[in-house]
Amino acid sequence: MSDKKLANKHEIVEKNVGLMAILTVFAISFGALVEITPLMFQEDTTKPVDGLRPLTALEMEGRDIYVREGCYNCHSQMIRPFRDEVERYGHYSVAGESVWDHPFQWGSKRTGPDLARVGERYSDDWHYAHLMDPRSVVPESNMPGYPWLDSNKVDTSLTLKKLQIFRDNFGIDKASPKYDGKGYGDDNELLAQIAEVDSMNNGTGATEMQALIAYLQQLGTHLK
Amino acid sequence: MTSFWSIWVIVLTLACLALILGLLLWNLKNYAGVEEGESCGHEFDGIEELNNPLPKWWTYMFFATFVWSVYYLAAYPGLGNFAGFLNWTSSNQGVKSMEESKAAIEAAKESGNWVQLDKEVEYAQERFGPIFEAFAKQDVVTLAKDEKALEIGQRLFAQNCAQCHGSDARGGMGFPNLTDNDWLYGGKPDQIKETLLNGRVAAMPGWKDALGEQGIDEMTAYVLSLSGRKVNQKDADAGKAKFAMCAACHGMDGKGSVAHNLPFGAPDLTDNIWLYGGSKRAVEETLNHGRAGVMPAWKEILGEDKVHLLTAYVYSLSQNNQ
Repeated sequence: MSDKKLANKHEIVEKNVGLMAILTVFAISFGALVEITPLMFQEDTTKPVDGLRPLTALEMEGRDIYVREGCYNCHSQMIRPFRDEVERYGHYSVAGESVWDHPFQWGSKRTGPDLARVGERYSDDWHYAHLMDPRSVVPESNMPGYPWLDSNKVDTSLTLKKLQIFRDNFGIDKASPKYDGKGYGDDNELLAQIAEVDSMNNGTGATEMQALIAYLQQLGTHLK
Repeated sequence: MTSFWSIWVIVLTLACLALILGLLLWNLKNYAGVEEGESCGHEFDGIEELNNPLPKWWTYMFFATFVWSVYYLAAYPGLGNFAGFLNWTSSNQGVKSMEESKAAIEAAKESGNWVQLDKEVEYAQERFGPIFEAFAKQDVVTLAKDEKALEIGQRLFAQNCAQCHGSDARGGMGFPNLTDNDWLYGGKPDQIKETLLNGRVAAMPGWKDALGEQGIDEMTAYVLSLSGRKVNQKDADAGKAKFAMCAACHGMDGKGSVAHNLPFGAPDLTDNIWLYGGSKRAVEETLNHGRAGVMPAWKEILGEDKVHLLTAYVYSLSQNNQ
């Protein structure tokens, strides 16, 4: 019996679930080492497209509302390189467009249409009407309305911090010290942007609706 | 990919394949120390585990997947920088601008590499391109009577325009009705096409500060009177006296930009068609805060040939109403 046990080493794995888990993770990690690790060091996947610019203060807050309301649950931001998608949505998404997205908003489910290139496709008024009551413009839509965004004001107390984190930590091109389509600029410039947000609507501050629309209207417009 | 990462991917991939093959070969022999078909020496709930060999069909399928993986890695890009003997890729992923994207398509054509998306687009262009081209050669008025052209136009409209103008093209609050023969930028084929290709940006300013509350009331009265509504005549007269500031876009008679050959998209105020509502409240709102209607440009998204068909479709919508 003891001879048998020595020979049948597989029994060791079968009878130790912890060891089995460790070995499973080890085996799977080879996939990640081949498929994920190299991507972190490729120019294709880490270098921004030529036209990419960082989000403005208003757009940054809009992005956070996009995340907060869970838009990514129904909308992807990833146009795959198939003709049907390219005809409907525009040029397929490339990695260089989302290198500054943290967290990325690619999504994995399309209950609604892809939004990767929704920017400048509809007017601000349309987005307003659509977000207030989607069925007012698209009768067959099953998207919920988000009317509270119009009464909520954007809370800018943390905006400076958010912009600083993006400027300082995410490899955003600092070649230009000014916010001109490349860098974010120094703190004064960020504060000026935030002041602009606060001064909207006769000084009462931007609504969350305005922030979200500003975010949506720049999506996919950077691949020029 | 740098050669380091290329080698990294190749070594790990091949090592994994070798390990998997080794595992299979290893398991084909009996190391359990138990005769084939005999009990392994344990049972649970009356079920005994026998030391049976791997099923043959399963083993052969495993070998087949291995052979497939070797072929796949030889044919398709999987091993680092090795492109595979088919020279196949799904798309030109590394591009950093539209210009580079277009150049990459040309480069792939010249080198004979098979870029799947490009091939799909090329195939569609060969198949459908001539149809659109043939339509593009005909003028809009002719196409507006061509059932086939209108059918395509209707599909394009449903896909791209119905979100704002509605699937029946009758518009809504802030989005013009396209069936009523009342135009902001003109309803001639060329004008419609221009609107579709390059978009339009309207700018009705807000007059709250300039007119004041009283002034808005008076102007509202005058604007409403233009389309024959009953209003306080004294207010309307006072409004009329200030209408010169509106006339630059709407014309002195309020008949709108199109009637005066102006490019501003200012609506005719004398008819009973209201883009933002014709109630007293809505007109006040418009006068106070202004309106900024935007028609997006479709030239880049749809291309000229499709826009031409759409023009014909939109043009056809109001032809029965004349």
